[in-house]
Amino acid sequence: MQISGLITNYQEAAAMILFCIGFSNLLLQKNLIKKIIGLNIMDTAVYLFLALKGYIEGLKAPIVVNGVQSVNAYINPIPSGLVLTGIVVSVSVTALMLSLTIRLYHRYHTLDLDEISTRLEKEGL
Amino acid sequence: MTFVQNFPFICIIMTLFGGPLSSILGRKKAKVLNTAIITAVGLMNLAVLSFVIGTGESYVYSMGHFPAPWGNEIRIGVLEALMAVFFSVIMLLSILGGVKEREEQIEESKQNLYYIMVNLLLSSLIALIYTNDIFTAYVFVEINTISACGLIMIRQNGRTIVAGTRYMIMSLLGSGMLLLGISFLYGLTGELLMSNIHEAVVKIVAEGRYHDPLIVSLGLMSIGLAIKSALFPFHAWLPDAYGYSTVSSSAILSSLVSKGYVFLLIKIFYRVIGFDIVARSHIIDVLFVFGVMGMIMGSVSAIRQSSISRMIAYSSVAQIGYIYMGLGLGSTVGLEATLYHVISHAATKSLLFIAASGLTEVSDDSTDFFDLTGAGYRNKLAGLAFTAGSLSMVGTPLFAGFISKLLFAEAGIGHTYKTLPTMIALAISTVLNTIYFMKTVIRLYTPERQKVEEKKHFTRIHWWNEPLKSATLVCFIALNLVLGLGSARILFLIRNGLRMFG
Repeated sequence: MQISGLITNYQEAAAMILFCIGFSNLLLQKNLIKKIIGLNIMDTAVYLFLALKGYIEGLKAPIVVNGVQSVNAYINPIPSGLVLTGIVVSVSVTALMLSLTIRLYHRYHTLDLDEISTRLEKEGL
Repeated sequence: MTFVQNFPFICIIMTLFGGPLSSILGRKKAKVLNTAIITAVGLMNLAVLSFVIGTGESYVYSMGHFPAPWGNEIRIGVLEALMAVFFSVIMLLSILGGVKEREEQIEESKQNLYYIMVNLLLSSLIALIYTNDIFTAYVFVEINTISACGLIMIRQNGRTIVAGTRYMIMSLLGSGMLLLGISFLYGLTGELLMSNIHEAVVKIVAEGRYHDPLIVSLGLMSIGLAIKSALFPFHAWLPDAYGYSTVSSSAILSSLVSKGYVFLLIKIFYRVIGFDIVARSHIIDVLFVFGVMGMIMGSVSAIRQSSISRMIAYSSVAQIGYIYMGLGLGSTVGLEATLYHVISHAATKSLLFIAASGLTEVSDDSTDFFDLTGAGYRNKLAGLAFTAGSLSMVGTPLFAGFISKLLFAEAGIGHTYKTLPTMIALAISTVLNTIYFMKTVIRLYTPERQKVEEKKHFTRIHWWNEPLKSATLVCFIALNLVLGLGSARILFLIRNGLRMFG
């Protein structure tokens, strides 16, 4: 059941693999820009997962056209709403991280967080 | 519906709008506005607290015009109102206690920006406390993170920017896991309101379906919030962030920001999943082990520090360990101890940070222990306040810290196999606490040698030179004594609140 479950739900499996890739990049990369890319991959993976939870095969986007109001005609709109909210959050977090990176680059002329830390130790600030 | 019931909503909106408003005001006006908003929030929550104590049950306030399964709502009970009152009191005192340092350390053009962050932080904390919708909680967790990062790096030097970046990275890892956990939970239950999720979870558990996904989701949310509140192995960002930012920020970050996440976790355990289901899973055992390790390792690291602010910061790691140990006991008594410790630690840690800033001020702005020798004589009130805070942290009777240690010990005794580890950890941690806090207090009251004074620029400050800071220190000491002496009343409120919390 385990393996066949992974194959039938291959979209969810892909989302989880992407999440792990993003998570380990954010945690382990030394370069700040690569860390931010990791952050975005991680967040997008969660949005992919959420969007999949709301998708129902063969149904339309939940926008009422031609007066069809039946629930069975559309996909679940709530996860899409959550994804939109999440995108807003991740955009603002990314912007903040990028601005921090710019600050650090202006000050130390490197994007390597470990090197900045060792330099701080030397300065003894 | 009476008018008082609107207050929680008004608090959230008022603080949210207070932020952008302070950005267009001048420095002085922004400060006044901020103080007024925090005071108003405190008073309103006090009114809400007395209202819910009067009615004896929690009430639900729907945001917008849609009823329960579709609309967003907040839920107010005794526990939530109590936390909101305490958070706003401690925030107000922390802000007032660090005015002078802020004006020296932050560029003049950026000082009003500080109040945006403070307002947003308060707004997100109150929203986290009151919200009954799990996705709203996630959004406010992120707002909390962003404004906390702003508080860390508003004092511009290399250290704080690196500390801010490290804080953001760890926090984002935590929020990623939290979001994934919430998505799993949504996938399992199809609900977003906490009470509805709980009903669905009870049904799933009764049918015996989806056991593993539920545990994975619970684990992701617990570990995510544990990373964000700096539980032991994830605490690397904490000492720099607390140790080098301006004193109000350190006080707020250590006493409020991490506690907001802890409160959300308690809410997830108690209201969303249900405490009996959580207690049966092994997630709390993991939290217990990390908590116990944090209690000891945090104190060991604190002993090795040579700077007072970093020592206090590492002591926070140990205290967060206490909190997670209490959660990990998995009993209601443990939860009560945890909630009491959230309050008592918040009151004590902010007192210590502000007292330490008063002591470093008279020691040529040096945080090094060597320079602090005899600082207790140079600034008598700050020395007294630091001693009071240390006594509370160590667990001397009369002070708040004693009651929390007592409660943890009582909670530990009730447990079958966690009794011994709890007692041993409490004993070791108390001894270690005593070592580093009493070492500092003894140093503060050791007469300084003449040679040191020639070299450095030491001054003397009397309590009337800085009336605002003196007043806040006195208030903090009083708050600690009130918490310690009036603990029966606070505990009664916590018990009452927990009853209507689930």
